[in-house]
Amino acid sequence: MLTLNHLHVYHGHLHVLKGICLQIGKGEIVAIVGANGAGKSTLLGTIAGVYSPKAGEIIFENEPLPYGKVEQIVKKGICLVPERRQIFGDLSVKDNLLLGAYHRYRNDFQQVMRDYEHVLEVFPKLKTMLDRPGGLLSGGEQQMLAIGRGLMAKPKLLMLDEPSLGLAPLIVKEIMKLLRQLRDQFSTTILLVEQNVRAALQIADYACVLDRGEIMMQGKAVELLDDERVKKAYLGMQNKKEYNIAK
Amino acid sequence: MDGWSQFVQLLFSGLTVGSIYALVALGFVITYSVTGILNLAQGDFAMLGALLCITFVNSGIPFVIAILLSVVAVMAVGGLFERLAIHPARNSSIATLIIITIGAAFVFRGIAIFIWGTQPYALRPFTGNHSLNVVGAVIQTQNLWAIALSLVSFIALYIFFNKTYIGKAVTACVVNPFAARLMGIEPRKMSLGAVAVSAGLGALAGIVIAPVSGASYDMGVMIGLKAFIAAVIGGLTNAPAAIAGAFIIGILEAFTEGYLSSGYKDAISFGLLLLVLFFMPNGIFAKMSGKRV
Repeated sequence: MLTLNHLHVYHGHLHVLKGICLQIGKGEIVAIVGANGAGKSTLLGTIAGVYSPKAGEIIFENEPLPYGKVEQIVKKGICLVPERRQIFGDLSVKDNLLLGAYHRYRNDFQQVMRDYEHVLEVFPKLKTMLDRPGGLLSGGEQQMLAIGRGLMAKPKLLMLDEPSLGLAPLIVKEIMKLLRQLRDQFSTTILLVEQNVRAALQIADYACVLDRGEIMMQGKAVELLDDERVKKAYLGMQNKKEYNIAK
Repeated sequence: MDGWSQFVQLLFSGLTVGSIYALVALGFVITYSVTGILNLAQGDFAMLGALLCITFVNSGIPFVIAILLSVVAVMAVGGLFERLAIHPARNSSIATLIIITIGAAFVFRGIAIFIWGTQPYALRPFTGNHSLNVVGAVIQTQNLWAIALSLVSFIALYIFFNKTYIGKAVTACVVNPFAARLMGIEPRKMSLGAVAVSAGLGALAGIVIAPVSGASYDMGVMIGLKAFIAAVIGGLTNAPAAIAGAFIIGILEAFTEGYLSSGYKDAISFGLLLLVLFFMPNGIFAKMSGKRV
């Protein structure tokens, strides 16, 4: 569904992504994990069109994606739920959700309203606070709102940048469970970037470990969970029991 | 004229001028919120609106149509200005863009001298020279038109931004342009609309005030400056506060003119601007703001 071929991205002189190759199949949950500054967010941003690659190509559904054209890429069915949620703080929960469908509301408002009801079924919590300004929600609620808003764009590929950031472990668990549910219910392909490696690996089908702009390892998520190097570098072996949060 | 009726007289004249300032100030606020640019040619849209309307009326076009036509024409001018002057330079610094708007202001004034010369023109009042008598004060109907039309504009804008989908999309661009782009909303497309609507508001202000104070090529300078003060008092992004600021200035000027001397009028407004900038640079209605992360 999505293929990245030797993708090179620079921020100024900084070589952030050094030839990333990655394949994502339809209906998969793929996690990209790694430390701070590994280039995870840049990778998502490049796919979403926020950054333009210097070299390499991004192929989505057998067509090369235009570079750096955020607004067009949403229309093609790729939606990024950005880091730190970035909801519209002054607007109500309802407006936040409806604006997620901006690129298609003109063509089919009926369908948008049906999808809106559908998203509210997935997030019953949001249904109780539709008129509240988004900025007044708690962190977990804001994250759900951001995901809901992303779903309103009806993406074939939903990308999430650090959905667990700043959230309590219980909420993280809830959100991770939800991502699984989204994949099963909407058959949305999910590309997930996480620093919370364990939580991400536990829900993902495939995963790759990004280190300083290069893919260090990739494979089935369960296998990576058991990999000695991953355990040592990212999971902090000793605390395995305590951090067993997802599922 | 006793004290009470003089008070009412001045109050109404202040409200009239205030509503003109408010319309132009709203133009400042809308343009600034959406594009981040302080459009210093804002006052000259009022001048263009007034002079165009006078020309249309003098050439025999029915009054109402002349008004609509000149508002639409000035909106088109605003749109062209955005496309030809601001859009090509959109990646420049904000300071550059503001200087571009100053240049545009001179261009508008120059064109106006070219077409209309430097002499002042008059527009007849919207509904004849009637006046009302309120506790001894004589209120021209044109004053009521000014106040009413600006109120209608405020309500229309309120409904647009708070009740319509596209208005909310514009708000989203203002609140978080990055997230708006991720949702497929194009902040840059909004900039054209914002400048055009601001131009239209300015034109309306110029047309409404023309029967009261006449119209000439340089009328936009003062209106623009006073409206700018109003917008600054409101903190530049807060529309209701800018409207309130405009009425405060209008009324303050009217009372200064009536009770002191008309010479002090501008000094009071600019003094107020300095005070606000010194002591409350975020506007007098600014609340403590913090951002949630």
